[in-house]
Amino acid sequence: MVNKDKGISVNLVSRQKLEEFSTDEKLEFILNEIRNGKVLVLENGLTSVEQASLIQQTMEKIEQDTFIGIEMEGYGEEKASFLQKILGKIKKPRMTVIGPADLLKTVRKDSNMIQTRIIPGRGAR
Amino acid sequence: MGLFGIGSFSSIIQRIFGKKHAKIGIYGPPNVGKTTLANRILRDWTGDIMGSVSEIPHETRVAKCKKNVRVENGSSSLMMDIIDTPGIATKIDYKEFMNTFGLSREEAKKRAKEATEGVIESIRWLENVDGVLLVMDSTQDPFTQVNVTIIGNLEARNLPVLIAANKIDMEDSSPATLKSAFPQHPVIPVSALTGYNAENLYSHMVKQFSKRKRRRGR
Ligand SMILES: Nc1nc2c(ncn2[C@@H]2O[C@H](COP(=O)(O)OP(=O)(O)OP(=O)(O)O)[C@@H](O)[C@H]2O)c(=O)[nH]1
Ligand SMILES: [Mg+2]
Repeated sequence: MVNKDKGISVNLVSRQKLEEFSTDEKLEFILNEIRNGKVLVLENGLTSVEQASLIQQTMEKIEQDTFIGIEMEGYGEEKASFLQKILGKIKKPRMTVIGPADLLKTVRKDSNMIQTRIIPGRGAR
Repeated sequence: MGLFGIGSFSSIIQRIFGKKHAKIGIYGPPNVGKTTLANRILRDWTGDIMGSVSEIPHETRVAKCKKNVRVENGSSSLMMDIIDTPGIATKIDYKEFMNTFGLSREEAKKRAKEATEGVIESIRWLENVDGVLLVMDSTQDPFTQVNVTIIGNLEARNLPVLIAANKIDMEDSSPATLKSAFPQHPVIPVSALTGYNAENLYSHMVKQFSKRKRRRGR
């Protein structure tokens, strides 16, 4: 799927763009980009409920020789502070990196940093 | 607590009326020992077996439910329906089954296809459980997307999670890493294989899953 000569796109997707979408549109957009071999960094990640739907939809779209699934790493929803709760602010999901599993490998993840590596030509082609 | 502390009073009521009943899903990534642990729980409390275990990931590809498993903890007990779920993954590569585990291409493709359906089923079940026993392999990095997603879904619904840090019989296991990774939930080190610390896990299951947390309005 990935054309090596063209390189690999890594796209940063702004919060504003993500907020324009409904959940379904957002997941469809993400999966289409990934199936086209792109790596996305979402400024505002997915809620855990959206993450679960994305995994579910990924499973439905796996094609054994061309799309083996996704690699996704992000941080959970930020805990709302006491004051935010009083003010009725909702919890916000945080930054997430997401890409095709045959390209993007997570090297290490802790509470401060997610280290990934893009390795073309690994996994299913 | 006095003789008539709230805890003992409510447990008496619950014993008389037998009201406590919780649907508990055993969740986690593939190959962490969910079915091995389910088999141990059933063996210890009912004498049954849940399902087959394998070193090859995605051995469980259809969720299995065992109803009315009563687990005791001293004077209290909890009746549970226990669901052993297929391991959740974000990717499934049939070639791994061929290259690492020596399955034929045909077997590998069939296993991979069934595994994708298993993941979907696991995620569907998530909406129907009252609590989750999340199994992690304590020799591995706990900060995976699958663990974070499962915990996040339960937190969003305010349901109890108990983490079993499994495989602590292995030399390179590090249950302390799991504890520091998820400080907001109880983490119990166990070996599903040898049974080490299973009693402690059972008493935490009764305590943790008896808490019926408020469900947010639907
Ligand atoms: N050393 C050790 N091995 C274990 C333990 N628990 C399970 N295993 C082994 O880990 C492998 C996977 O066990 P399963 O119980 O099939 O794992 P699972 O989580 O049900 O896996 P899936 O059904 O594929 O998602 C098997 O080879 C087990 O023997 C443990 O406590 N210690
Ligand atoms: Mg299993």
